[in-house]
Amino acid sequence: MDPTDIARWQFAILTVYHFLFVPITIGLSAIVAGYQTAWVRTDDERWLRLTRFFGKLFLINFAIGVVTGIVQEFQFGMNWSDYSRFVGDIFGAPLAVEGLLAFFLESTFLGLWIFGWDRLPRKVHTACIWLVHLGTLFSAYFILAANSWMQHPVGYRFNPDTGRAEMEDFAAVLFNKVQLVTFPHVVLSAYLTGAAFVVGIAFWQLVRGKREDDGLYRLALRTGAAVALVAAVGVAVTGDIQGKIMTDVQPMKMAAAEALYETETNAGFSLLTVGSLDGSEEKFSIKVPGLLSFLATGDLDGKVKGVNQLREEYEQTYGQDPGEKYYSPSSYVPNIPLSYWTFRLMIGTGVLAAVVAGWLLLATRRGRRPRGRTIMWAALCLPFLPLLANSFGWVFTEIGRQPWAVFGLMTTASGVSPGVSTFEVTTSLTLLTLLYAVLAVIEVKLMFTYIARGADPAPETTDVHDPDGDADRPLAFAY
Amino acid sequence: MELTTIWFALIAVLWMGYFALEGFDFGVGMLLTVLAKDDTERRVLINTIGPVWDGNEVWLLVAGGATFAAFPEWYATLFSGFYLPLLLILVALIVRGLAFEYRAKRDDSAWRSRWDLALVIGSLVPSLLWGVAFANILRGVPIDADKEYVGGFFNLLNPYALLGGAMTLLLFLTHGAMFISLKTDGRIRHAARELAWKVGLAAAAVAVAFLFWTQLDTGTFGSAVAFVLAAGALVAGLLAVRAGREGWAFLGTFVTLAVGVAGLFLALFPDVMPTSLSGGLGLTTTNAAATDYTLKIMTIVAVVFTPVVLAYQGWTYWVFRKRISVHHIPQAADASSSSVS
Ligand code: HDD
Ligand code: HEM
Ligand code: HEM
Repeated sequence: MDPTDIARWQFAILTVYHFLFVPITIGLSAIVAGYQTAWVRTDDERWLRLTRFFGKLFLINFAIGVVTGIVQEFQFGMNWSDYSRFVGDIFGAPLAVEGLLAFFLESTFLGLWIFGWDRLPRKVHTACIWLVHLGTLFSAYFILAANSWMQHPVGYRFNPDTGRAEMEDFAAVLFNKVQLVTFPHVVLSAYLTGAAFVVGIAFWQLVRGKREDDGLYRLALRTGAAVALVAAVGVAVTGDIQGKIMTDVQPMKMAAAEALYETETNAGFSLLTVGSLDGSEEKFSIKVPGLLSFLATGDLDGKVKGVNQLREEYEQTYGQDPGEKYYSPSSYVPNIPLSYWTFRLMIGTGVLAAVVAGWLLLATRRGRRPRGRTIMWAALCLPFLPLLANSFGWVFTEIGRQPWAVFGLMTTASGVSPGVSTFEVTTSLTLLTLLYAVLAVIEVKLMFTYIARGADPAPETTDVHDPDGDADRPLAFAY
Repeated sequence: MELTTIWFALIAVLWMGYFALEGFDFGVGMLLTVLAKDDTERRVLINTIGPVWDGNEVWLLVAGGATFAAFPEWYATLFSGFYLPLLLILVALIVRGLAFEYRAKRDDSAWRSRWDLALVIGSLVPSLLWGVAFANILRGVPIDADKEYVGGFFNLLNPYALLGGAMTLLLFLTHGAMFISLKTDGRIRHAARELAWKVGLAAAAVAVAFLFWTQLDTGTFGSAVAFVLAAGALVAGLLAVRAGREGWAFLGTFVTLAVGVAGLFLALFPDVMPTSLSGGLGLTTTNAAATDYTLKIMTIVAVVFTPVVLAYQGWTYWVFRKRISVHHIPQAADASSSSVS
């Protein structure tokens, strides 16, 4: 394998791994903040117990989110130095702003939240976790703005003297039309992820846990399911809009998503296909007529361009620019089976998560405690479904953009670090992948331990805020 | 002033903040098994930095992001050139970050001592390597005419760089010990004072040697002033810890690190990554910079938000200003009983 392939594998593995923790952080921080707010408002101690129970799980998750994020920040320079030189003028700004606006906010206020239980007044303490959530939203916004620019470069000019893309309009980069729909899509899918996590765990505890905590977990299950269902609708709506924008800015991606080789009107959307591996020949498929046209254009009879025609169009458009260095002739066709299946699996596993959440809600209505094997399994799988949907979504988005790193401007292959040896990339790929694998095992074990333990009883005193007196009281929430 | 100069200065400020703040986190991490006699004492040490270490680490992330935005060429050459040392730093930061969060998560002494080891090594490796990296940047490394680093790994391990590594290591140890003596009470506080004094003497000797060497090689008038101030602050800090004035002592090492880093950047300016090859093209604040437009935007963002960040980070230190000692640690060592973390 050449260094480009290794670097791509490394990027894909490390980023997808980072993004297993990201959506839980975004979604769960909002839910925990909601629980704590409910406690402050109602003084009902069940909300406090939920805050602390899910807060603990949140922290176990957050820790890995942070340390894997550090790697992301360094990766561009280490493995993609030519890419960094080419786009730094544009891409660096959102990344730096993310650090200043988001990471400081998240980490500082999380520290205050963990250690501030009896150092801060209740309301201030609750505000801390809301600020953590706000930080995650800022973080998502700026990093997605950077990514959206790669999907659809705007607000820049290619400067032949410096040989790089230079920013002309920061507002255009921040309010890129791709970004405006990607951000809600990703954040809503994070809410769905956080909520599915809560519902699955609450159901499990409801059926298996202590009888006297019945009411507690019902509360969690109902609130979680409500968030999950609302978020799922939002994800579908924004995803639909994304499809249309994508058809506009990257038509090849939409064609690849359906393995549509020839241009069609009233194009159908297949739920699944059995055929040759590259999708050029089909033996069996289940098709919904007109659905692809609808997804792509909003009209059942809309015209969707096929791969073959687009390939010719792309060759004419992108044949020369922006010059030898950043252009390596390639086919302009992304990996079609991967695009096809990841697109379906994203939608499929995400929708399934919402269905399961709704089912668990129904099955537990009016004090019922279903105990069947199937429903237990469904509850156990529930937290993983949106995680899979998220990964599939990213793999689809990023694979469908290939061979470009920056669409129409720079190919992935030309972005890789020229000075980094195969030995170096291989070392880092191996080392980090092994380390990440070990961490995954540790994290999953810890999660299960803490989930199985269930919520602690409410502490006797929770409102002992007394900043000046009593320095001798033990730190209730120390590491 | 040129925008590129302003951004050079801002990146210097981010590194000053990073060394002065995460410096003591690293120090505390390295001293975990040295200063603490038992698990409760270890928890005292960890809890002195518990609420702040993550925020301190963000100084590094912002320094990285700001370099990417303001000097893309510098970011690209530096990060792809110093590949293996950076990889080691990353691995260290990963295991260290998790150690804080996970060590108390199981009531099992083997589990805990494994994470403690991770915390010690994860603090030690970056403490050493940051010094090595900075020394190499100052000294100049082989960069070819395409602005690519062509030196390999072993090129980075020269005597000057190793001296730089020893300096950051010892300074962080001293700084950490000063911080512990300021933030704890009882036996640990006194042990930390003793240690700060002893390690501090060694740190002072190495620092003077390294800074002197730097001054001879690449120094300017500005860097000379900064180095003298840094050395003076270190001596003052050591005298203060000797006299039991912990607040002043900590301020001393804080100033040493911040002003010392400022001196290194002054010695570097206007280069950002000089080359040691005769036909090579070294990076400077002008040939590595982003466009004026980007720098302008970034300046506005920095001017508006940096004070806000400083304000709430400062507030955190105020909220957790009390000393911690063994009786602040909940009896049940197992986190499940009462802890949220
Ligand atoms: C949609 C959201 C999103 C996406 C696409 C990414 N991240 Fe991320 N990142 C987050 C959302 C997030 C977060 C929710 O804000 C995290 C997760 C856990 C956490 O602590 O914050 C985070 C943590 C995190 C950290 C640690 C921050 C700290 O110390 O507090 C860094 C340095 C990065 N990320 C950098 C990146 C880079 C360079 C990415 C691109 C390849 C990336 N992230 C993709
Ligand atoms: C701002 C954020 C992001 C940037 C700048 C970015 C950048 C890149 C770059 C440069 C590549 C080309 C290298 C390659 O082909 O591997 C790539 C590919 C890829 N990225 Fe992203 N990405 C971002 C976010 C994400 C996220 C959050 C994920 C998912 C979790 C992701 C998943 C992938 C995948 C799966 C590939 C394809 C790997 C391959 O082609 O082999 N990316 N991305
Ligand atoms: C229900 C119908 C859904 C539709 C129609 C849909 C549509 C889309 C489309 C068209 C893209 C590609 C955007 C582009 O490359 O320009 C995308 C990306 C993505 N989807 Fe979905 N999606 C759906 C459900 C979900 C669900 C349930 C999740 C996760 C829980 C999810 C997570 C993602 C993610 C993380 C990305 C990559 C980031 C992005 O480009 O937005 N999607 N989706």
